[in-house]
Amino acid sequence: MSSKTFRPDVDAPEWKGGHSPYDIIKEGTIALAVVGLLTIILATLFGSPDDHEVTIKNWANAAPVDFATTAIGEMNGSTTTAGYGAPYNNASDGQKLGPLALAKWAGVRIPVNTENDFVIKPLESLPYNAQLANALSTWKSASASQQTTWVNNYTSAASKMTFTNGEVMVNATNAGPVPVFINDLTSMARSGALDTALVQGGSFFSMDYTKPLLFLSDGGYLESLASKQHLLGSQWGMMNETNSYPGQAWLWLYTFWYQVSPFSTSANADVQVWGLMMLLSVILLVLPLIPGLRAIPRKVKVYRLIWREHYRG
Amino acid sequence: MAWFSFLAALIPLDGYGHYLHWGVINISVANFIVILLMIATLVAALLLPFPGRSRRKESK
Amino acid sequence: MSTSIDQQWTTRLRRKAAGKLPPEKLLPDTQPAYVSSWIYVFGVTTMSALAVVIGSGFILSLRGPQWWHESSIGHFVNSLHLWSVEIFFFAMVVHLWGKFFMGAWRGGRTATWMTGVVTFLASIATAFTGYASQSNFDSQWITTQAKDGINSTGAGAFFNVLNLGQMLMWHIVLLPLAAVALTALHVLLVRIKGVVPPYEDKVGEAQ
Repeated sequence: MSSKTFRPDVDAPEWKGGHSPYDIIKEGTIALAVVGLLTIILATLFGSPDDHEVTIKNWANAAPVDFATTAIGEMNGSTTTAGYGAPYNNASDGQKLGPLALAKWAGVRIPVNTENDFVIKPLESLPYNAQLANALSTWKSASASQQTTWVNNYTSAASKMTFTNGEVMVNATNAGPVPVFINDLTSMARSGALDTALVQGGSFFSMDYTKPLLFLSDGGYLESLASKQHLLGSQWGMMNETNSYPGQAWLWLYTFWYQVSPFSTSANADVQVWGLMMLLSVILLVLPLIPGLRAIPRKVKVYRLIWREHYRG
Repeated sequence: MAWFSFLAALIPLDGYGHYLHWGVINISVANFIVILLMIATLVAALLLPFPGRSRRKESK
Repeated sequence: MSTSIDQQWTTRLRRKAAGKLPPEKLLPDTQPAYVSSWIYVFGVTTMSALAVVIGSGFILSLRGPQWWHESSIGHFVNSLHLWSVEIFFFAMVVHLWGKFFMGAWRGGRTATWMTGVVTFLASIATAFTGYASQSNFDSQWITTQAKDGINSTGAGAFFNVLNLGQMLMWHIVLLPLAAVALTALHVLLVRIKGVVPPYEDKVGEAQ
């Protein structure tokens, strides 16, 4: 016979009491009917949100200076995507969890070269235009350092950029073919042709929107729309839905950490918050094995409400 | 398919949502209501009497 | 005396399964008398909501992922899908709270608790890929934001949230299969082990 001590937070007393009738199939059927009906009522009352997608065409027409500024940023490496690091490029080591550079170790598996993929290749796909063809040929025959000089000269003048009569106006000197690139890319964007070029990339079928989404998120337009809908990280956006719909309340703890120090100002916030949430999830998972934590239900005694009939005998 | 328009929401939740701010907390009214309802549901489930007491007494 | 038929994999598996879960345990017609609280309905409510989620998802699949943008019936089915998901998480969280307050892992029910937690996490992943598959402004924003979190762990190199094709297939094939399999395992464990008995509580009993 075992003389093992009874551990009230681990073991359960053997039930020697009575049983009552239980119709499990009926219970399941009633639950399904109730939930089905409730779903139909909620869907009928409130519907669901469907805010229309934002195209690069929308962006470039609504905010052409923001678009063109982003475009030169893709060439000078200053945009988020250009400087991202893995999985897109080697521009930075990316985020670290302590000494662990997880993203870098996983490698560049979704290669994106913003200058070529977002600017040069799309321009090359345009119908023949003598000025553009000349600009592209000048660019290709120049050295890398000459290209950098042109881009930097354009960048220094770009803060005073205006958009007038359908043209991007930047008073840059010694910027080579760059002004033609930025202006033609902006026109291409405003026509809708850039959306297609970035998605298809020369192929016929595609369901991969990596390039246009990265380009779109590098600009300020998408973010300005998100901000109005309280969807930014600093607005607890992860929990929220567009318009007045309920969102994802179950993400409350994940998004909470971004609002508080040290995560709110950390360059490694994403991997740190993931690490913390993984740890908390593991604790929830192995709760039955953690003394102290597993004793809480016995100590707070909410169970007396649940089993009050049993305790009354 | 205009006659299917009856399927459009009766109270569409369009328009920018309203938000409640308390210190660092910034929550939409919709999410706040959902969370309140969850807590209210838990409390109700704990407190409301469960039917069938006489059946359980008989079966013992 | 053990025959060669007794040693067959089929025979051994069937006997083990039937031994652990005979029909009267799989589909019981009685339950312990202490099961008498509304808190007990949230498990079956969660499962029912999952059934409505899958059913509405099935209908959405019939006409393809763009249907709900173009048709009022499609939009209504999308609304059914959204609200059943809200009910699913609502019920699951109340179920989790209830099971915590009952100390439901006691008496050899650790695996039941753990499969429940894993199902919860898998459900969040499933919901996320659904939000990523909406092909509208919300999915554009959600994916361009979420990519930073996922990329930072290294997983982004293999799980590209900006790839609609990949996200949609995870959402309608891989993750629902995982969610259903985990739910089934969780429920079978409840049937095998039974519902956890009340804490011993002399003070409570003396009332």
